[in-house]
Amino acid sequence: MGIENQLTGDNILVTSLNKLVNWSRSNSVWPCTFGLACCALEMIATSLASFDISRFGSEVFRPSPRQSDLLIVAGTVSKKMAPMVKRVYDQMADPKWVIAMGACASCGGTFQSYAVLQGVDQIIPVDVYLPGCPPRPEALLAGLMKIQEKIRTENLNQRPDFKPGERYETQVPKVELIR
Amino acid sequence: MDIKGIVSRLEKTDPGAIDRVSGENEITLNFNDFNKAMQTLHDDKSLCFDMLVDIVAIDRIDRMPQSHRFDLVYILLCSKDFSRLLVRLAAGEDNEVPSVSSIWASADWAEREVYDLMGITFSGHPNLRRILTWKNFEGHPLRKDFPLEGKDFDQQFDTTSIEDY
Ligand code: SF4
Repeated sequence: MGIENQLTGDNILVTSLNKLVNWSRSNSVWPCTFGLACCALEMIATSLASFDISRFGSEVFRPSPRQSDLLIVAGTVSKKMAPMVKRVYDQMADPKWVIAMGACASCGGTFQSYAVLQGVDQIIPVDVYLPGCPPRPEALLAGLMKIQEKIRTENLNQRPDFKPGERYETQVPKVELIR
Repeated sequence: MDIKGIVSRLEKTDPGAIDRVSGENEITLNFNDFNKAMQTLHDDKSLCFDMLVDIVAIDRIDRMPQSHRFDLVYILLCSKDFSRLLVRLAAGEDNEVPSVSSIWASADWAEREVYDLMGITFSGHPNLRRILTWKNFEGHPLRKDFPLEGKDFDQQFDTTSIEDY
């Protein structure tokens, strides 16, 4: 039928490591389960059947920041909450991306007040800003596609987590059989 | 019980405690008799206001200095006949209002909220510290003379500046 007919036999695909890694990263961006205010409901709606975020490989909302790649800051960040938002971001393993969802997370929104942080970019780096109060689920999906686009065009050694000269080697523990 | 019954009952046990009766379910108490009258409202078998729904504080800076700055409104409910009573109390800026947390346990958090947002202190409260804002927050944000945007609004925010309990 399609490509699989051409692939019978011992065939080889040639690509660059950059493209391969970015392709696989961009198609499984796991978001963190993290909502702060009304925008979170739109984020939840995005993951439900009618909008279905799993079409983009992001349906696995992880309850632990250690396992997630994407922080969707969905809602108003109060100043009292800000240290916790930063801690969640810091606990996420690289590579990681951030969407500031809605007017509140982007710039404080309607809350020009003593209690609300005027934009989450004051404490963590943001990749995509979504306007709207709240943005519709389609807008969140568009934001997610922007992140995917960004991942695909990234150069691996330009990522902030890239450390030149450092190599990661897997250590295989020596197993002794006990009889 | 209607307001007439409440007033006559209270007049009998704590004469002179009521300063004014207004409307269908509101009384204003004198500052000095406040704690005793509240105890009566709770303990008296026929009054039986066994629930404190909320405490409201109003900043009446506009009527200074002729009168006290704050009004406190205690919303009471009787769970037997579901009658409600608003108890109003005028408090100055440096008055220490007697705490009613030993009468109604729900007053504990309500008074902390009033203290946090309005800066009214309560004497005899077991744990009077901020409840909504953080530990090193300066000022009391719901006072009329507090700037809405707070201080350092246009400066870069630092998460380490927040200290909490
Ligand atoms: S942007 Fe609007 S919908 Fe989103 S958290 Fe703020 S107020 Fe709520």
